[in-house]
Amino acid sequence: MAPVLEVSGLNTVFHTRRGLVRAVQDVSFSVEAGETLAIVGESGCGKTITALSLMRLIPQPPGEIVSGSVKVDGTDLLRLDDRTMRQMRGGKIAMIFQEPMTALNPLMTVGKQIAEMVMLHDGLPKAAAKNRAVEMLQMVRIPEPARRAKEYPHQMSGGMRQRAMIAMALACKPKVLVADEPTTALDVTIQAQILDLIGDLQREFGTAVLLITHDLGVVAETAQRVVVMYAGRKVEEGSVSDLFARPLHPYLRGLLGSIPRLGSARGLALSPDERLREIPGMVPALSDLPPGCAFAPRCAQADAKCHAQIPPFEAKQANHFAACWQA
Amino acid sequence: MSDIGYYARRYPLGVAGAIIMTLFVLAAIFAGVVAPLDPFTTNAKASLAGPSGVYWMGADMMGRDVLSRLIHGARVSLAVALGATMIGSGVGAAVGLACGYVGGWFDLLVQRVTEIMQALPLLVMALVITASLGPSLRNTIIAIAIPLIPTVARVIRSNVLSLRELPFVEAARATGMSEWRVAIVHVLPNTLAPLIVLATAQLGSTILTEASLSFLGLGVPEPYPSWGRMLSESAAEYVRTAPWLVIYPGLAISLIVFGSNLMGDALRDALDPRQRD
Amino acid sequence: MDKPPVIAVAGLRKFFPIRRGLLNRRVGDVRAVDGVSFSIAGGETLGLVGESGCGKSTVGRAVLRLIEPSAGTIAINGKDITTASKQEMRALRRQMQIVFQDPFSSLNPRIKAGDIVGEPLKVHGVGRRDEREARVAQLFERVGLRAAQMNNYPHQFSGGQRQRVSIARALALDPGFIVADEPVSALDVSIQAQVINLLMDLQRERGLSYLFISHNLAVVEHIAHRVAVMYLGRIVEYADKVALFAKPLHPYTEALLAAVPLPDPALKRVKHRVEGDVPSPIDPPSGCHFHPRCPYAEARCRSEAPVLRDVGAGRLVACHLR
Repeated sequence: MAPVLEVSGLNTVFHTRRGLVRAVQDVSFSVEAGETLAIVGESGCGKTITALSLMRLIPQPPGEIVSGSVKVDGTDLLRLDDRTMRQMRGGKIAMIFQEPMTALNPLMTVGKQIAEMVMLHDGLPKAAAKNRAVEMLQMVRIPEPARRAKEYPHQMSGGMRQRAMIAMALACKPKVLVADEPTTALDVTIQAQILDLIGDLQREFGTAVLLITHDLGVVAETAQRVVVMYAGRKVEEGSVSDLFARPLHPYLRGLLGSIPRLGSARGLALSPDERLREIPGMVPALSDLPPGCAFAPRCAQADAKCHAQIPPFEAKQANHFAACWQA
Repeated sequence: MSDIGYYARRYPLGVAGAIIMTLFVLAAIFAGVVAPLDPFTTNAKASLAGPSGVYWMGADMMGRDVLSRLIHGARVSLAVALGATMIGSGVGAAVGLACGYVGGWFDLLVQRVTEIMQALPLLVMALVITASLGPSLRNTIIAIAIPLIPTVARVIRSNVLSLRELPFVEAARATGMSEWRVAIVHVLPNTLAPLIVLATAQLGSTILTEASLSFLGLGVPEPYPSWGRMLSESAAEYVRTAPWLVIYPGLAISLIVFGSNLMGDALRDALDPRQRD
Repeated sequence: MDKPPVIAVAGLRKFFPIRRGLLNRRVGDVRAVDGVSFSIAGGETLGLVGESGCGKSTVGRAVLRLIEPSAGTIAINGKDITTASKQEMRALRRQMQIVFQDPFSSLNPRIKAGDIVGEPLKVHGVGRRDEREARVAQLFERVGLRAAQMNNYPHQFSGGQRQRVSIARALALDPGFIVADEPVSALDVSIQAQVINLLMDLQRERGLSYLFISHNLAVVEHIAHRVAVMYLGRIVEYADKVALFAKPLHPYTEALLAAVPLPDPALKRVKHRVEGDVPSPIDPPSGCHFHPRCPYAEARCRSEAPVLRDVGAGRLVACHLR
């Protein structure tokens, strides 16, 4: 099957007072219909900038997408004029954000916001668009959708708002859904509900989902494939089972070792005196990257070559890629 | 010395503002030395004389040198501006801090009073106060300072209320610091930035208010030269025949307001450690 | 445990009045904390877990009397602090400290890191100036910072380093008890482990007692000895860590554990989800607060609030059905 979303050689930079910051460097990936690809990494790794670049929502200036292509169904979004791009946004590729309160218009009822989207993209008449809005709210399992459609965002709880945003994003049945930390601001029980919901709707519509997250638990439970980013670059990519069972890059291995796991029920829990494995040091500033592998200063296995040359991103095993001289 | 070079590069506009203000301050302090002529000496022959080698900026109806009067007038303008701003901001900050801290009925009462005061325009209130106190330099300062208090108090109060909830204030309390010390060490310094912006913005408006009061005859009395009165005396009658009587005082007022605003903006940035690197 | 508890809390309540109208009339209460009791022994960590709005952070602050409790008693090392005057309270603060979640707002941006850490010493008049400085330098080294960084302002530190500064400040007076309110939640994953290890090392070294407040169950399972689960202002389950995570008894604990996504794709779990949102603490449901979301709820759960009762081996559960 041909991928619905195909990103290749994406480079996004920011022109700042401290000089050029390369936020995204040479990032490529693709997502098929009905598939979930997760991009994981810590703050400043470039995952959110990647998502915003796809949507062409990078503030310019100071930001600039220097090169690369973002193809949705074969159309390169980076070559479109602004008008056509607006049509694509919401129509073919939609995005949901971490904090729905900032993404929803506080002065418009939720139902009206969804209806506007549908009128704009699908050209439905007003009455039909209103019905569609209520249908969508029902689909995201908001109780009493007809009443809720008349509410303003601030009248809803955090979980409800996130559902409403998902309803809005999926109202025009986009091919691609970009979800940037969609559950980070939510409580665990609500997070579980929302993740289930995204999964169910994805199966129903065949949407390709690009999930941006820092939570390895969320990745393991929702994604089929994973891209790991560090300091603006891809450092590892593969199927979720390969990555968690046989992590290649020392960064991913460190991450997996450093998270405490819920495990008493499975006999996994560490004894009370056991320490977590730390990754020493901290993430480097993007404006001040080391010359070689960006992870080398924190890596126990790094040698002279690691400090001097950037490792190529290459296949290490079948369908399992990494950028590491040691792997 | 390298510090000056650093700030000049970092805040070129602020340095420009500081230079303007310094010039005015120096002119005010050394008015007796700098002014080419005596500002009070009248000369019937030079009535309404245009700018010349003797009267660089011309002379007024009574033949007094405009430049000398402007230089001496800087004393009045600066004394009123600095005095009123300092008193107004100081008292306002204290009231705001007290409101934010004490709360309860005290806060409620002060809030209502400040609202009533704010309902009146600054100039109207200053007018009422000078009219009842009588015109003098001291009374002008008081009259301009009092209407500043509510604005400053409200800004500081709301700032204090949000700062009080911040974890670092809570942490200070958790170490056993007294409320009083928390207020002085942690809360007050963090309200400094808005206070300075407000004070410098008001520095400009106090100069304007002083000018307006003098313009209306309620400011600093004769024979002290005041920029506002210089403007008021000549604006209507001589704007066509002797425009220098209007242009130069007007220019002086604009320049000092401009300078104080530039300096205020830069000061706010420079006082924030987060901006230093 | 034979040692007397470092902190014992009984029947703690905190109601925030809701005022409306011109006369600020009290029209109701937010029952943020509604009858919470627990104790923590020397060198022990009690994990306090629950979702947003459950009152766990309010407990943390009320226990230190950073907000005044509406009712209940708090005893530190056997001394009741609820009746202590403001003056006495300030002296008592040497024995208890707090570390906050947000590493950015928990440090005053205008004060140098060294002065932030030294402040508690100054407040309590500990040592001379040079002695205090030496002590701060020691604390910096202990939490993994360089003494040279004492002259830096908070914005010059990363999130993880700021949290180390916060921890150093909390340790300055050598307290026996520390409230850690979501201390790693705002940190990156790779930094979380560093801070958790630091907290655990310090506990071993100094016999510290922690009240560790967190929504992250995996972190709590790692760091805590015992765990209390809160829902809408009440403790619904209170048990030894291993027992609680191995077999949760309260339906809410069960739901909470089932909802945590596990970083193990090979694991295929049966998903049983609770429906609905957490109700408002202004107008909590009758009876058991959890009954509208509980898959096992019966008629009794709707009318009668279950008490927290001992079900054996020091394990407490507030549920009619268990």
